[in-house]
Amino acid sequence: MDLHLATVEPSAAERAAVDTVLDGAVPAAAGSELQDAAGGGRIEVGGARARRGVRHLLLPALHGVQDEIGWISPAALDYVCRRLAVPPAEAYGVATFYALLATEERPPRVAHVCDDIVCRNAGAAEICQVLEQRLGPAHETAAGSHGTPHEAAGEQRATWMTSPCLGLCERAPAVLLQLAGDRDAALAPAAADVVCEALAAGSGGAAGAVPAGSAQVVPAPQSATVRSPAPQTERAATAAELTLLRRVGTVAPESIDDYRRHGGYAALRRAFELGPEGVLRELDDSRLLGRGGAAFPAAAKWKAVAHAAARPHYVVCNADESEPGTFKDRVVMEQDPYAVLESMTIAGFATGATQGYLYVRGEYPVATERLQAALAGARARGLLGSDILGTGMAFDIDLRRGAGAYICGEETALFNSLEGFRGEPRSKPPYPTEVGLFGKPTVINNVETLVNLLPILLAGGRAYAAQGTAQSTGTKLFCLSGAVAVPGVYEVEFGVTLRQLLELAGGTVGGTPRAVLLGGAAGSFVGPEHLDVPLTFEDTRRIGSTLGSGVVMPFAPTTDFPDILRRIARFFRDESCGQCVPCRVGTARQEESLARLCRDGAGAERALLGDLAQVMGDASICALGHTAAGALQSALALGLLE
Amino acid sequence: MLWGSNARETHPIYFHHVLKGIRRGARMVAVDPRRTSSAQWADLWLGLDVGTDVALANTVGREIIAAGLENRSFIDHATVGFEEYRRSVEPFTLERGEELTGVPRAAIRELAHSYATADRAQICWTLGITEHHNAVDNVLGLINLGLLTGHVGRYGSGLNPLRGQNNVQGGGDMGAIPNKLPGFQDVEDAALRARFESAWGCTLPDRIGWHLSLMFEAMEHGDLKTLYVIGENPAQSEADATRARALLDGLDHLIVQDILFTRTAQMADVVLPAAATWAEADGTVTSSERRVQRVRKALEPPGQARDDMAILCDLARRLGHDWGTPTAQQVWDELRSLSPMHGGMSYSRLEQLGGIQWPCADEQDPGSQFLHGRLWQTPLEGAPAPFHPVEHQPPVDKLDDQYPLRLTTGRTLDSYNTGVQSEGFRSPIRRGDSLDISPQDGDRLGVADGERVQVSSRRGSLEVTARYTDGLRPGLVFMTLHFPDQVDTNLLTIDAWDRKSGTAEFKATAVRVDKLAAR
Repeated sequence: MDLHLATVEPSAAERAAVDTVLDGAVPAAAGSELQDAAGGGRIEVGGARARRGVRHLLLPALHGVQDEIGWISPAALDYVCRRLAVPPAEAYGVATFYALLATEERPPRVAHVCDDIVCRNAGAAEICQVLEQRLGPAHETAAGSHGTPHEAAGEQRATWMTSPCLGLCERAPAVLLQLAGDRDAALAPAAADVVCEALAAGSGGAAGAVPAGSAQVVPAPQSATVRSPAPQTERAATAAELTLLRRVGTVAPESIDDYRRHGGYAALRRAFELGPEGVLRELDDSRLLGRGGAAFPAAAKWKAVAHAAARPHYVVCNADESEPGTFKDRVVMEQDPYAVLESMTIAGFATGATQGYLYVRGEYPVATERLQAALAGARARGLLGSDILGTGMAFDIDLRRGAGAYICGEETALFNSLEGFRGEPRSKPPYPTEVGLFGKPTVINNVETLVNLLPILLAGGRAYAAQGTAQSTGTKLFCLSGAVAVPGVYEVEFGVTLRQLLELAGGTVGGTPRAVLLGGAAGSFVGPEHLDVPLTFEDTRRIGSTLGSGVVMPFAPTTDFPDILRRIARFFRDESCGQCVPCRVGTARQEESLARLCRDGAGAERALLGDLAQVMGDASICALGHTAAGALQSALALGLLE
Repeated sequence: MLWGSNARETHPIYFHHVLKGIRRGARMVAVDPRRTSSAQWADLWLGLDVGTDVALANTVGREIIAAGLENRSFIDHATVGFEEYRRSVEPFTLERGEELTGVPRAAIRELAHSYATADRAQICWTLGITEHHNAVDNVLGLINLGLLTGHVGRYGSGLNPLRGQNNVQGGGDMGAIPNKLPGFQDVEDAALRARFESAWGCTLPDRIGWHLSLMFEAMEHGDLKTLYVIGENPAQSEADATRARALLDGLDHLIVQDILFTRTAQMADVVLPAAATWAEADGTVTSSERRVQRVRKALEPPGQARDDMAILCDLARRLGHDWGTPTAQQVWDELRSLSPMHGGMSYSRLEQLGGIQWPCADEQDPGSQFLHGRLWQTPLEGAPAPFHPVEHQPPVDKLDDQYPLRLTTGRTLDSYNTGVQSEGFRSPIRRGDSLDISPQDGDRLGVADGERVQVSSRRGSLEVTARYTDGLRPGLVFMTLHFPDQVDTNLLTIDAWDRKSGTAEFKATAVRVDKLAAR
């Protein structure tokens, strides 16, 4: 395509959308004799170097335009580029990387209808059908026509498209409304007529994007589903109190006072008593393993960063929870946002970082709003800023929104995304503890891992480690959805069996499940013969599966497994970042081969799928490629496609 | 330091390497009247007045000395004339420098200090330095800075004129200049001349010949009546084009040898279609860094087009000299036997080493990475390098009430010179020619962005579209010379030229801009 960018001027609205984000965020140059002289127009100091330092504002600026205008026109993109000194071709590469950013004109109100594993069995198809009748076929990004307005785009006010998992599986089916000039909103469970109403409303960008009185609109408290009929207190293994979820549904998420009344910021005070080395010791004693899927010892990461010579250090909270079937971090962020901030502050204290980044999934509007409110609340009370609790410790947190890219949950892809580049994973080593965000030593953990810091510090690392099993200490959040009576987030001690957990959720629907998906799309199916496996890192590994992100999704015997697996294969093809060949080509070939297998029977396809799994596992850069064949291979082994 | 160079647009491949350095932390200073797209990558840009380069260089030199930052041991070891230089720059205080150049003194001071204290520093320049009536003085002013700080003859340092084409350097190396035989051997040195005469079996002129500017003067005086033009388009590239075309018209005989039917070719009595040397002929080229590289023939030239060398040999035969039909390699080997700096550059070595930088005396010599590395040897090899005191001389075409705006000319990324080579392809970023003007001047003159205007100098006048540009300050306007068929920029430029180098002052014209009369 030809980029005629330099000749197009942005509209006033586009300019304002960008300026709102960037004004103030781009640091003014320090005063000096030289700077003073720069006012005369005869010299320029710092030039592009100063502006290059703010490349990380690219994604926020693109969000600003997308949020206000509904798409990023070439003129708006060019204006962003001029303000940040980013080459237009690179910015275009970034803008087109994300599913929630549109680089061609489209209607300002868009419904993203989740048709992923859970929602497709919970009524997604019906919603799509109604939307198709009323709004026409799903919106498609016409390849090769970027920057060219669609013919009818000017008149049409709303459109729709399907989406991968929106992380609202406990209340499927889910719909995300992306509304230019309005706040985005998530509907779950969503009904077709409510979606249509919401799309039709908001004629002038006023508040009230979503019809009043619609009970389905989130921000409705979620606690009901989380703690809901299946009483979490009647735990199968022990009768201990809830730990990580203890405030969920009981505190007002927006109230810092309520948070403190329920034990908030006691762990931070404890951290100050212990000192950084003391915190690291407790963490070490706790033997906490990362909850993001890789189960890496958290203490090893933190100690490596704390003792790294290079400065500054960074703390990054990976809240880009995108694994299909996963929604635990969302629940914590929505219901207990201060716990996330407190945990990050402790991480900053222990590892010598003064700046944290909280990278929240772009499809999580409620979590984003509540965290933003919590950030403001914490700053106002001196719990973030230059002198936290009068200790002289400086730490602050910048909240950044993802923009619809599963791959950005991969830690190095997340760094690239934060830095304003395409969210493509980096080769490791070097690991983030040495060369992380902005090339500096970085602690990166997901939300669940971080909030474990609070009980670890309050109870002590050894007491924490007494829970669970020898190798899997503490408690674990599981995301139950699919064929269970009461879907939701369940916190149990490690060691509870799969059967016990399913019973906790009111039992399965439709009899004994034919299979249970553990760990999400990147995980694997296990058969009913494994219902008594204890849900620990070591036991799931023993049976060739994984806990992954904590997804537990049973499927009834009547399930259309070929349909589910084709959706998973499509997911990986869509979400492969395309950087490395094994994954880019492998995920596409896998989807095609699976389609032939479903149509014609196994034939040669099983061997081909096996080869693809091998190549993707051996030669991909990151875990996306490594795990892209896992669910399918396990399904073939279980005979789910026969 | 990019001084008088917009390398991002005029040397994009080279600038790509600059950008890699910048990403690795290298600092860049840009000295240019315009805040060009190169300057936008700089840590510091200094927007001096057009034609005040010597004043700026002298001020920088004085500040370096005043701050005690000169490289005393290098000066003592490898240079002569420092005292004289020091005295010559003494009047160029920061205050006077600011007054003469328009650049705030704090920035001049910053430039002086960062250049002098850098571990390694290069000064790279292009036509912003050389297209002036005092081109040689400008260059000498920069050389003085290199000698003052010792930023010469070492890895990562140096004084680098960025050449405009892949083989400008090669043209000079081969003696296609009026005062040198191949290998930069002086025409007026009888002993050197005798070597060539015995090899070639003929007598050579013992005087320096005419360069382009002198040729046009000779045409004016009627001393030059026949012109043989190879690969040049003077009808459009010369300053004061009206005069240039009249003189070309007045010739008895004009021969043009080119790969394209240029404006000059259209005026010719005989046109000799030539092969394109980068694809249709064998030979060598020499880059800005003195690296000689092989060029291989990939295609037969189209139609009647022929290799330049074959045309020349045929012409010689008609004139009574049988040069045979040598191959490119035979010609090259003859050159090696006569030019000591090319002695060790056999074709096989050039291929094996991927090119060799001269001087390269024999087949054991790996070539020379730095031209002036000798200055660092103890004891010093050869003569010490002289400082050359130079004086500030403002542009010839003075600004006054009648012609109050300073027009400077240059090139853009996707076009080349008079467009002979570049107009044949489409480019998405080509905007056509325009008068770039600051929004402030536009406002003051009541000229809107995109409005057609009349631009006049003391020599000519033309119509062009005005375009507002952020990188220009009030009082400064800019045009390219890429589209002479639509906008003949050189109708405006002055043919004042430097007696020492023969280069014309394309960079400094006094103009006025007027709204078009209502039609």
